[in-house]
Amino acid sequence: MTRYFTKDHEWIEVDGDTGTVGITDYAQGQLGDITFVELPAEGASVGKGDAVSVVDSVKAASDVYSPVSGTVDQANAALADEPELVNSDAEKGGWLFRLTLTDPAELDGLMDEAAYKAFVEAL
Amino acid sequence: MSEIDSFDDEEAVLETQRLPLDLWHRERGGRMVEFAGYWMPVQYEGIIAEHLWTRESAGLFDVSHMGQLEISSEDGDHAAAAKALEALLPGEISALKPGRLRYSLLLDENGGILDDLMVTNRGSTFYLVVNGATKWDDLAHLREHLPDTITLNHLDEHGLLALQGPKAVEALARLGLEPAMADGPQLVDLKFMQAAPYLWGDRPLGISRSGYTGEDGFEISVRGEHIEALATALCEQPQVKPIGLGARDSLRLEAGLPLYGHDLSPDTDPVTAGLTFALSKRRREDGGFLGAERILPLLNDGTATTRVGLVLEGRMAAREGASVWSGEQQVGTVTSGGFSPTLQRPIAMAYVERPCAAENTSLEVEVRGKRLVASVVPMPFVPHRYHR
Repeated sequence: MTRYFTKDHEWIEVDGDTGTVGITDYAQGQLGDITFVELPAEGASVGKGDAVSVVDSVKAASDVYSPVSGTVDQANAALADEPELVNSDAEKGGWLFRLTLTDPAELDGLMDEAAYKAFVEAL
Repeated sequence: MSEIDSFDDEEAVLETQRLPLDLWHRERGGRMVEFAGYWMPVQYEGIIAEHLWTRESAGLFDVSHMGQLEISSEDGDHAAAAKALEALLPGEISALKPGRLRYSLLLDENGGILDDLMVTNRGSTFYLVVNGATKWDDLAHLREHLPDTITLNHLDEHGLLALQGPKAVEALARLGLEPAMADGPQLVDLKFMQAAPYLWGDRPLGISRSGYTGEDGFEISVRGEHIEALATALCEQPQVKPIGLGARDSLRLEAGLPLYGHDLSPDTDPVTAGLTFALSKRRREDGGFLGAERILPLLNDGTATTRVGLVLEGRMAAREGASVWSGEQQVGTVTSGGFSPTLQRPIAMAYVERPCAAENTSLEVEVRGKRLVASVVPMPFVPHRYHR
């Protein structure tokens, strides 16, 4: 499994042609208390960079962009009752959705963990 | 991800200013944002935690961005100063007793709301607290309309702290303040909407029992050079934590209190805004304030829309600008909204057409293409707990 990051602070963990997507710990910290997560519909076809999910915090609503193109297989149902999981466990239990990648080559343009860390430190 | 909307982008300013407590906030982990032309802390540990702390204990808010003004008559004729203010405000300022304050509105010729404010009768002067984002326009408006015999003083060397919450009185009492005047009330004896001068050691403080959270609490005017010591002393009390703008907004929303620039504007009149309590009885009969010709007929004729509270089903929040619908008819617009930490559900203020404004009316709010079910409820959303 390999984890990639976007400049918009999403992460995607790829296992074969399946990817799990969430927002980074840095992102949740910037957003503050998360009160609602709007998730993509299962079966939806999404393009790289599409706004597919919305994370609502006490202070603002923020779009989440899909890091790659694919078909949504599953949304994290636990977030319906417990959106604060995105705060407490952003890069694991607070994942947003899983998708089947249609163009794995898109991963090439993303950052690895070290590059993302350097990117955040430079902000 | 990207921020779709946020409240920290009020308006473009020349250069963001630093308030006297700027470094103090940063040292305590305050996350600073631009607000009303100043760097202000939006949060410390988190908006929900700060919100709930204020509701159960006491929160300290730095509101030094707000404008503090003092108005007096050159020849010491206090009644003349009251009359001059009454030409611009719809409240009966001449009936405001010394040591009392009230909420009022600065109105334009068309009855539009230029600002909302608190006016205190300090005995020989009137003390006004106006919004930070509007204070320069307010000053210009006041200078233009007040007669030359009236002195307008901008107390820009003063900061302003708000200590809010059920334990605010207990915490502030621990500082051992003394009334500055021999016959002044003890701090704990102040009631809601009363004010008096106090001494903290030899440092003068202007204190009122008031605030904008719906809780008991105090607003403390303090000279800039003393504000850091005072804020530190207050936060050393076990009841008190510093609170950011984020929780200030969610607290005032739960309290049903309108926020200028969002729920109130020059396009809104006091009747439409549901602020008729700010139109004193005598002023309704006699008029004589800017905008009276436009506003007073509305008291009888009614207005097309009015400000209401909405509670939404689900957890998705509706924010400023969201459209409000009754079936296929758009009947209004949300002016502020968010998730209520106390009620654990989204709430909003909206202006809706009168026929849709009755309690329990079922409406819909459109958020990102979805229709959310909303119900009209009385405000405040969370009961006020003032010390009356």
